[in-house]
Amino acid sequence: MSGDRHLRGLVRPYVVTGGRAHASRNTFDAVTVVIATREQVSGLSPEKKRLMELCRGGALSVAEIAAHLSLPISVTKVLLSDLVDSGHIATHAAVSHTARPDMKLLKDVLDGLRARL
Amino acid sequence: MASVLASDGLTSDGLAADGVYLRDTVRTAVKLLVVGPFAVGKTTFVGTLSEIRPLRTEETMTQAGALVDDLAGVDGKSTTTVALDFGRLTLSDELVLYLFGAPGQQRFTRVWKDIAYGALGALVLVDTRRLEQSFEVMGLLEELRIPYAVAVNTFDGAPAFPGDELRDALDLLPGTPLMSCDARDVTSSTQALVTLVEYLLTRNQENA
Ligand SMILES: Nc1nc2c(ncn2[C@@H]2O[C@H](COP(=O)(O)OP(=O)(O)OP(=O)(O)O)[C@@H](O)[C@H]2O)c(=O)[nH]1
Ligand SMILES: [Mg+2]
Repeated sequence: MSGDRHLRGLVRPYVVTGGRAHASRNTFDAVTVVIATREQVSGLSPEKKRLMELCRGGALSVAEIAAHLSLPISVTKVLLSDLVDSGHIATHAAVSHTARPDMKLLKDVLDGLRARL
Repeated sequence: MASVLASDGLTSDGLAADGVYLRDTVRTAVKLLVVGPFAVGKTTFVGTLSEIRPLRTEETMTQAGALVDDLAGVDGKSTTTVALDFGRLTLSDELVLYLFGAPGQQRFTRVWKDIAYGALGALVLVDTRRLEQSFEVMGLLEELRIPYAVAVNTFDGAPAFPGDELRDALDLLPGTPLMSCDARDVTSSTQALVTLVEYLLTRNQENA
């Protein structure tokens, strides 16, 4: 909300993200699936190392990574954005937001839910 | 910074043993929202259906509703914390569904928009003892064009209204599903989601 800009001006950079409040690319959704693609973590900040240690175990969504690391989703996205740039992680993009959800996808969701009944 | 990984000495191996990770074959993740006023059963609903221990993330906002991702230096009194509970259901080798329980107050709009963006739809939980408290969240969903179904959470001692009266009182469109649900019960909660997704499919067909 633009009315709060004067408040933002008072805010010191958040240490974890190295001073950037927003991810350099806006490709992460809360349910984007993240996969570690590199073992080597030397040179990464402690927060990024923790994130890589978590992701080493297997695929997780952005929201799950945030929860396990006790970080807000917004901050987690900033870290992830850097780690994509440095080649440490890759993603399976979340379902496209612009397109109407396709019938096949909705049917698959429905079938999956019905199978639980 | 408090952390599961650091404070509990947990490693990714330990988490893997707890079934925390997704199957390697998962390619698509979708989300549905579970929304409604204070204490209507959102957390209960998510917890009933989730295959993982439900998780929680917190976003910090200024009182005026702006998202704060710079935590250092913000006066604690001028901010509020918005908690999002969520859970996960693996629906097939390739498909996973996330359920987000989100608070229904308009002043949390920014957190709302972030999480609602891309959601397939929402389940609105209502309590018949305080129907009017669900209006705000229904308005918000309509504003964001997120299709929804309404589930009356059956609290002990809550008045049971005939469906027509409820539809009128909630001012629902003719096609909007209205059902009752017990958020503590797996079958009842699953059925509520089935009804929601059936509605999403029908709606999609009609708009095609
Ligand atoms: N009888 C009955 N009680 C329920 C049902 N669902 C939830 N409850 C109870 O209602 C209380 C509130 O439920 P929560 O799941 O915490 O509600 P919430 O919407 O997450 O609440 P906030 O996050 O505080 O807004 C708990 O004590 C639940 O056990 C239901 O379907 N029937
Ligand atoms: Mg709750």
